Amino acid sequence: MTSDILSPQSEAELAEAVAAANAPLSIQGGGTQGMEIANATRLSTAGLNGVTLYEPGALTLVAKAGTPVADISDMLAKKNQRLAFDPRDLRGVLGTKGAPTIGAVAAMNNSGPARVTAGACRDFMLGVRFVDGSGDIVSNGGRVMKNVTGYDLVKLMSGSHGTLGVLTEVSLKVLPTPEMAGVLLLNGLSDADAVAAMSAALGSPYEVTGAAHAQSGVDAHPVTMIRIEGFEESVTYRLAQLKELLGHFGDVAIATDPARTKAGWAWVRDCTVFEGKEGNLWRVSVKPSDAPGMVAKVAPENALFDWGGGLVWMVLPESVDPRAQMEGLQGHATLMRGEGHVRFHPEAPGVAKLTQSLRKKFDPRGILNPGLMG
Amino acid sequence: MELPTPDSFVLSRKSEIVATLQAVLPQGCVIDAPEEARAYECDALTAYRCPPLAVVLPETTEQVAAALKVCHQMNVPVVPRGAGTSLAGGSMPTSDSVVLGVARLTDVLETDYPNRFIRVQTGRTNLSVSGAVEENGFFYAPDPSSQLACAISGNIAMNSGGAHCLKYGVTTNNLLGVTLVTMEGEIVEIGGAHMDASGLDLLGVICGSEGQLGVVTEATLRILPKPEGARPALIGFDDNAVAGACVSDIIKAGILPVAIEFMDRPCIRATEAFAGAGYPDCEALLIIEVEGSDAEIDAQLARISEIARKHNPVELRESRSADESAKIWLGRKSAFGAMGQINDYMCLDGTIPVSELPYVLQRIGELSKNYGLGVGNVFHAGDGNMHPLILFDANKPGDLEKCEAFGADILKLCVEVGGCLTGEHGVGIEKRDLMSHQYTPEDLEAQMKVKDVFDPKWLLNPAKVFPLDTSESRRGAQGAAV
Ligand SMILES: Cc1cc2nc3c(=O)[nH]c(=O)nc-3n(C[C@H](O)[C@H](O)[C@H](O)COP(=O)(O)OP(=O)(O)OC[C@H]3O[C@@H](n4cnc5c(N)ncnc54)[C@H](O)[C@@H]3O)c2cc1C
Repeated sequence: MTSDILSPQSEAELAEAVAAANAPLSIQGGGTQGMEIANATRLSTAGLNGVTLYEPGALTLVAKAGTPVADISDMLAKKNQRLAFDPRDLRGVLGTKGAPTIGAVAAMNNSGPARVTAGACRDFMLGVRFVDGSGDIVSNGGRVMKNVTGYDLVKLMSGSHGTLGVLTEVSLKVLPTPEMAGVLLLNGLSDADAVAAMSAALGSPYEVTGAAHAQSGVDAHPVTMIRIEGFEESVTYRLAQLKELLGHFGDVAIATDPARTKAGWAWVRDCTVFEGKEGNLWRVSVKPSDAPGMVAKVAPENALFDWGGGLVWMVLPESVDPRAQMEGLQGHATLMRGEGHVRFHPEAPGVAKLTQSLRKKFDPRGILNPGLMG
Repeated sequence: MELPTPDSFVLSRKSEIVATLQAVLPQGCVIDAPEEARAYECDALTAYRCPPLAVVLPETTEQVAAALKVCHQMNVPVVPRGAGTSLAGGSMPTSDSVVLGVARLTDVLETDYPNRFIRVQTGRTNLSVSGAVEENGFFYAPDPSSQLACAISGNIAMNSGGAHCLKYGVTTNNLLGVTLVTMEGEIVEIGGAHMDASGLDLLGVICGSEGQLGVVTEATLRILPKPEGARPALIGFDDNAVAGACVSDIIKAGILPVAIEFMDRPCIRATEAFAGAGYPDCEALLIIEVEGSDAEIDAQLARISEIARKHNPVELRESRSADESAKIWLGRKSAFGAMGQINDYMCLDGTIPVSELPYVLQRIGELSKNYGLGVGNVFHAGDGNMHPLILFDANKPGDLEKCEAFGADILKLCVEVGGCLTGEHGVGIEKRDLMSHQYTPEDLEAQMKVKDVFDPKWLLNPAKVFPLDTSESRRGAQGAAV
């Protein structure tokens, strides 16, 4: 590991640094994800900092990639707006420090509980600027909400984890922060009943904005949480309708205290329940109705079901491989923290061939986060 | 509009190519008689036509793969086709190409309400996807106005939008997975019923790639529960800038309507004369629709009206019933037809930052005077997607060219103010040569690299999207023909 750290102060400098590099680069925003590449020069985006455009009336914000997420959230909060996809802050469970950046959120397609209805980070990305592996500066998309001009490299860059290019600027669609949030709470449900209850809620016309279930919640019992957000009259009405709809699953409690609902969803979003737990942290995306069966086979100490069951978080001993229990299921498992397994789910041959060729095209010298995605 | 010189070697081998395709496909799947192939000579951009070499209409994904393998081996360009309603010339053939249509692939393969998805073959029409889940209280959200005719395959290729995309997003936001057949004839599954990719988001780049990366034969689509109800308000203003400010204030107040539609005076007058919807004669008209229960709709419309009143509207009407809603929508829905009554028209599709609306409308007005051609504006005001309709006379020599030049000026203006050339119709051949106004050579190079990966020989719909001179060296590299 070299101790150098490259800290370009502009997009042009960053492009020069990549063009001049003759060894692997480990791209770093806040460095909070524990994804550093061994034997590589660190390339920090910290020098690319600042929101360059914010138009609340058009729901658009453009920021340089190294801008801390917290700065953006603060700026949005002043106008009663927010990042609609609710990105996760995993510093607690990953045991890392630093200020997470918007570039990394985009590079990881980092989306929280709101993803189930509102959409993922990738769905709110309107444009990107990036430097590819040859040091060329590329722009794609823009700052408008509807844009089909040419190929959508914005989506390709989201979730590429720095392996196709270093993001230098991201443009996002933001949304108003709802006036109020309310939560329906069901206690003691089995995983299967919880997923069925969440599916019923998500299949209703009441626009559920979050649906999660923990085998063992804050007070060590199973808890299922369903969120409604909006104007007060709407939230009140919808909570009542849903309470009736879900009544046959068990007692339904309603919480509308702002501090409590906020804290509860932050607990889900940031996987707080796994803080301090030893073992490998896994993130598994499957069809919701497949989740309970998969989890039963893996048999973790605790499982957190987000996205109505479509996303499962588990901490497992290194010896347990959840991928072995996904035979025949659509989906994938990512190792978020720990050892003994490759981080990203191995891809089917046809897909792997395409992704490898894409990486070769955008990073012919193989210097951008090499090895991170396989 | 320039088209590349057809490959004379391919043209000279027509009978051999047709025979080889016939050998791998069931009877009746290959159309080579010129009078039948002529039906595929254009899409909805009817000003441009060119009959293809032949047409194939496979009945399964495997047959699609077999046909593509043949074309790949024989270096024959392929133009994928859904229903042929593209407004950009996306499915228009070249004379040396085989049109590969998915019109016979129309089955529903799976519907899953607990997991909220439907899997269909992509030749199925957009409206019939919603139709398949309607009885269970669900719908497929992207709803282009062509939804009765257009196919899911074309929607995916163009990343089509619709009236409700302000709230529900466009095709890419509602697409979970596809079966893609590459030009080499390989069948690849991308995505599925689960959410988001683990590795690179290939699905995201396939959506909107205008039939240039592969042929999509099956798709997993997100379906949503139908809202309890929906009703619009109609608001008229004497000034475009004030209408724009009203939209911005509504959004800033935290209200998220499903649709915010805007019409300017020429458009209002044309639709009034045509449909008599009872619109006020004013400078700018907004139709804003919200969803929910009756009481929720009332509350939201009340909030919207309160904001609108601060901007001194000349007219403000909240719909109270299905009847009133239909009346409010009547004019907007007949806008294209109304303009068509006046003359031939060309429909543009640029997007602008919403704040630039007053300036852009003023400039369009000036350009209209300079060119001596009338124009009406319909606009998805929530997301900045404009549809200027330029009137011209197809029978008058030179008018089409004048109209095209006017259209190009408007699209350049969209880019100049921070927007883009196309919001939902795609680039096709129509906007191909304007791409260098929006993108640098490096930007285009990055996009073309993606095509290099999926289609190394550049045989799939090769004459589209990229300016011909930019893509020339790649298209020329296809092999035998050079
Ligand atoms: C009256 C009218 C109204 C319209 N309104 C709207 C609107 O509101 N919103 C909107 O977004 N669009 C609208 N359109 C445009 C058009 O309907 C859409 O672009 C539509 O998605 C095209 O679908 P199609 O099946 O007709 O595609 P086609 O015209 O057949 O093809 C379109 C493109 O898709 C490619 N393609 C087709 N099938 C495949 C496949 N299987 N695999 C890969 N590529 C394929 C073609 O090569 C071509 O590039 C409208 C068009 C008309 C005529």
